[in-house]
Amino acid sequence: MAPYASDDSTTAGEVDDLRAGRRKAARYVVPVAVVGVAAATIGLVPAIADSGDPDLPEITAQQLIEKIAQSDVQQLSGTFKITTDLGLPDLGGLESSFASGAMGSGSGDGSSADPSAKLTELASGTHTLRVALDGENKQKLSLLENASEYSLIHNGKDIWGYDSKSNEVFHGTADEAQAGKGKQGKPEEAPATPKDFTEEVLKAVDDTTSVTVDGTAHVAGRDAYRLLIKPKQSGTTVGAITVAVDAKTGMPLKFTLTPSSGGAAVIDAGFTQVSFAKPAASTFDFTPPKGAKVTEEGELEGSAPEHGGTKSEDEFRKELEKEFGGSKSEGKPGKAPEGGPEVIGEGWNSVAVFDTGGEGVPSGAEVGGDMGGFLDSLGDKVTGKFGSGTVFKTRLINALITDDGKVYVGAVDKDALVKAADSAK
Amino acid sequence: MSQAEVVRRTGATEGARKTSPLWTFGLLRSELLTTFRRWRTLALLAVLAAVPILVGIAVKIETSDGAGGPGGGGGGPAFISQITNNGLFLVFTALAATLPFFLPMAIGVIAGDAIAGEANAGTLRYLLVAPAGRSRLLLTKYATTMAFCLVATLVVAVSALTVGALLFPLGDLTTISGTRISFAEGLLRALLIALVVAASLIGVAALGLFVSTLTNSGIAAMATTVGLLITVQILDQIPQLHAIQPYFFSHYWLSFADLMRDPVYWDELVKNLGIQALYAGAFGSAAWARFMAKDITA
Repeated sequence: MAPYASDDSTTAGEVDDLRAGRRKAARYVVPVAVVGVAAATIGLVPAIADSGDPDLPEITAQQLIEKIAQSDVQQLSGTFKITTDLGLPDLGGLESSFASGAMGSGSGDGSSADPSAKLTELASGTHTLRVALDGENKQKLSLLENASEYSLIHNGKDIWGYDSKSNEVFHGTADEAQAGKGKQGKPEEAPATPKDFTEEVLKAVDDTTSVTVDGTAHVAGRDAYRLLIKPKQSGTTVGAITVAVDAKTGMPLKFTLTPSSGGAAVIDAGFTQVSFAKPAASTFDFTPPKGAKVTEEGELEGSAPEHGGTKSEDEFRKELEKEFGGSKSEGKPGKAPEGGPEVIGEGWNSVAVFDTGGEGVPSGAEVGGDMGGFLDSLGDKVTGKFGSGTVFKTRLINALITDDGKVYVGAVDKDALVKAADSAK
Repeated sequence: MSQAEVVRRTGATEGARKTSPLWTFGLLRSELLTTFRRWRTLALLAVLAAVPILVGIAVKIETSDGAGGPGGGGGGPAFISQITNNGLFLVFTALAATLPFFLPMAIGVIAGDAIAGEANAGTLRYLLVAPAGRSRLLLTKYATTMAFCLVATLVVAVSALTVGALLFPLGDLTTISGTRISFAEGLLRALLIALVVAASLIGVAALGLFVSTLTNSGIAAMATTVGLLITVQILDQIPQLHAIQPYFFSHYWLSFADLMRDPVYWDELVKNLGIQALYAGAFGSAAWARFMAKDITA
């Protein structure tokens, strides 16, 4: 202010105006400062919290894998975030038809509390789940939705599915074999938690894959090692898989799958908050609320014949595996629940073949109209020694459907699919 | 605002001129009284109280003819499928139904009217003649608006609880996570939810107050606030804008339902309260900056 006061060329009135104007403007500094501080907080706090990877003793990949194998976490509760970006348009039902490998997905329209009805939702977007474990006989998995929740509760012999939005209950029973499924020694269990994911992936370790320890990280407030798994083969769409393993318990906490094409992770699943304390016993108690529509698992058989057998948690997990079908073709060649697909290639480049015996996918011109244009936009026409067909692409799984009705599916690029189809001829 | 009111306001203060803290409460009390005595305010509250009554009766009629629960596919406002089993859920449904529009609209009317309404009626300068100071008057206006947020939310909740108790059975309830809690704890959570809903409206209230300092027309301020509210609600539905949506004051409004999870999921609740605090801070201080520098012509 002083320079203005001593400035001879300014009249007294102008000085006052200027001062008043400055004072006016000065007040607006307050809201600007509030917004600025808020923006800085939003921008900087996560960065500060993230910075500084924990100092942990050096460890080899072998030791880390052993640590995972030895891990025996029986009690756990936490929040789990899963982000899937397959690069599919958000079309709801479409993912399910891809996920079940064009094998005809029975839409269980019996009850919205039916576990399989909920699974397709996981195939795209970001979802928050809550997990609680207490020993072999008590597990709970909740899918948090807007103002509602879908819970799957396993308590002893009972398996309950509860959809709070429609107030519908699904009830099934677990037989003794399934009751013991919390054991780590059952590798055929499908991946549902990071632990299962990792086991699936590690089984595929052979000369096709490099496994290294890639530093450390903070995950869900815990110190963790990062296990980096990279395919050595070319032709696969899988770029790298990172598993963050809790340094104390050996429990995998975060699983990230990045595609070879780069960009955002295809699957990013990890705990955002985890506790290894015993969850409250009441967490696993469930009695159907008054007036809720209860569907027993037997009742669903009629409405969903495609699935045939019981819709138990085991099947639920199988379904989940289908959603993340990539690990199936990598981890367990030649093993499929129905239809018995043969597998071409090995390791990351495995391609599963299904013979639908049908006519293949109608081309856009045949279907005509909007739907036809939609089909054409989804698929690429390809031709080769095998004849011609359509390639449907996602960021991870690609499928080739030939005109004579064969379906080739794998986590491989288009050329590898065509090669596989050629070799099958 | 009538001339008599102004006389009463200023008259009440004469004895307490030297003891300014008490004076603030006097100003606040007289503000509260004038606001809640207005027919317009009472009409707004009556409309809010009518919403749960309508929802309750509609659900009752829908289910009384023996058909299954309402909203079989899970449509309609949150919790609506549970009302027939437990009247307490009508509180949550009513709040979920009024929060997106009815409640903020009522707040917009009250907040928009706060300064611009006085200016419009020509009473603002009389208010400022009293030794209140502009900051204090603005604070009082904001406090009154927030009191209205709380009262409006409680009106909805109490009306819903009454209707729910009259039309439907009450008792232990199932949280949306599937666990059971006692009726007393359910009531406690309902109260907590009402408080969170009231707090969710702080952002709109601050926005309305800021708009109110910009104009001398009460109607214009109300319309602008409600218009902004609708615009933000629409923008919040457009998926392409997902990058900026977390900064909309209405984005986390429905997170109050997370209080019905067991254990409570706090992430979004905290984000919601943070956003409301940010809006209150930013627009509150902007309103202050504007009001301090404003030429009072009416």
